Amino acid sequence: MTVKQFKYSTFKDPQSQLKWLNKGMFASEEKTFNENLKDLKKYPLKPDQLEIFQVNIGYQCNQTCSHCHVDAGPHRTEMMTKEVMGMCVDVIRNNNFKTVDITGGAPEMHKLFRWFVEQISDLVDEIIVRSNLTIIESNKKYHDLPYFFKSHNIRVVSSLPYFEKKRTDSQRGEGVFSNSIKALKRLNQVGYGKSDSDLILDLVYNPSGAFLPDNQENLEVSFKRNLLTNFNIEFNSLLAITNLPISRFLDFLIESDNYEDYMYKLSDSFNPAAINGLMCKNTLSVDWQGYMYDCDFNQMLKLRTADKGDSHISNFNANQLADRTIVTNQHCFGCTAGEGSSCQGVVV
Amino acid sequence: MSYYESKDVRKFGKISDWQKTLGDKFFSWYGEVFKSSALSAKEKSIIALAVSHAVQCPYCIDAYTEDALKKGYTEEQMMEAVHVAGAIRGGATMVHGVQMMNKAQKLSM
Repeated sequence: MTVKQFKYSTFKDPQSQLKWLNKGMFASEEKTFNENLKDLKKYPLKPDQLEIFQVNIGYQCNQTCSHCHVDAGPHRTEMMTKEVMGMCVDVIRNNNFKTVDITGGAPEMHKLFRWFVEQISDLVDEIIVRSNLTIIESNKKYHDLPYFFKSHNIRVVSSLPYFEKKRTDSQRGEGVFSNSIKALKRLNQVGYGKSDSDLILDLVYNPSGAFLPDNQENLEVSFKRNLLTNFNIEFNSLLAITNLPISRFLDFLIESDNYEDYMYKLSDSFNPAAINGLMCKNTLSVDWQGYMYDCDFNQMLKLRTADKGDSHISNFNANQLADRTIVTNQHCFGCTAGEGSSCQGVVV
Repeated sequence: MSYYESKDVRKFGKISDWQKTLGDKFFSWYGEVFKSSALSAKEKSIIALAVSHAVQCPYCIDAYTEDALKKGYTEEQMMEAVHVAGAIRGGATMVHGVQMMNKAQKLSM
C-alpha cells in the first residue's frame, strides 16, 4: 500500500503547541477554557472514579494520517517495554478498572501486543483495541487478528472517517479505504459487528477537515446504510469524535489558514452540559514510558497528571490520583463542543 | 478589508441589538426551519446550499458548504445541488424568452 502523506508534525515540542493555543484570540478577547470553567464554578476540574485504563503501547503505525494527534507513523520507534507493560498489568490487577483501552500507533504492531492482552484478559470487564483496520491487511502475520480478538472477546474500535474512498484516502492515505473494507469483511466473517453476535465492532468517525462532526446518530444511520448496501458490511455503533487542535491537525489548521475560525467554532460551541461526561474524569492515560496523563491528548502535549507523585505508573497511587486536578488548556474546547467528544464518542 | 468579511458571520446574532423583538422571532423561526420534520435536517441542508448559490450570499455559501460536509454529502452531490440552482436561474432567464417573443410578436406587423 502506498502512503499518500508522509509528513510528521512540524511541532517537535509540545510547549510550542501550547504557546500557539494560548496566543491570539485567547490572549485578548476570547475566554479561555479555564475561564469558562470558572464561570460555571467547575474550575479546577476534578476527577470521578477511575474506570478506564487507556494505554498507548507505542507510536509506530503502518499509516501516517493527516489528522493524527499522536504523530504516529512507520518510522516512530517509541514502544513500551515488557517491564512497563508488567507495571501496567500490576496496576490493572490491583485496582478496580472496568476497561482497558489499548491504543497506539497501531498497537497490533507491538511485538508484545498479544502477550499483553493475554495478561489482562481476565482482569477487567472489557478490553478495547483501537485498530486502524489496514494493519490486518498489511501483512500475512496480521490476517489472524480477528480470531485473536475474538478469542479474548475484545471490543474492536476502528477508525473509518467516511463510507467512500475519496474522503477516507485524503485523510488516511491512498488505498486505506479499500484495505479497510477488506479488514471489515474479515471481522464480520468471524462475527464482529453482526446482529446475531456479541462481538462488538464500533467505528470511529472524525471529520475530514476543519469542521465539527454532525449529530452522531444521523451519521451512524448514513454509515450503516451505505456500508451495508455497497459492501455488505455491518457494525455496532458509530462514535463521532471531534478533531482536537494539536499535532498534525494543528499543522493543517495553521497551514490552511483555518486555525482561528476553527478555534472560534470550538469556543462558540462550548457546551457546559458536556463537562460532567468528559473522558478525563474517569480515564487514566498511560504512555509508552509509563507516565500518566488525564487523557491521550494531554499525553501528546506532555501534560502529565498533576498528582503529588512523579506521575509514573511505578508509583501509582489511587488516592493521590483521586485528589488530583485535571490539567486543562485550550485544546479541551474540542471535547466540550456541541454534543461533546471523547474516545467513546459524544458525551451529551 | 473586503465588503464581506467571513468573520462577520459571528456577529449575525447582533442584528437583534437594534430590534430585539423581530430579531428574536427571526432566529427562533430560523432555528425551527432547519430542524428535521417532514424534510430531514440533512435534506434541508442541501436545499439551503443550493439556495445560497442562487441568492449568492457569501455567508450562506460558507455556512452551508460546511454544513453539507458535516452532514456527509459528497463533493459530487454538493456540486449537483449548485447545478440545480444554476439550472433554475438559467431557466428563469430563458423562460422569459417567451415574454420577449410575446411582446415582439404583438408589436410586429
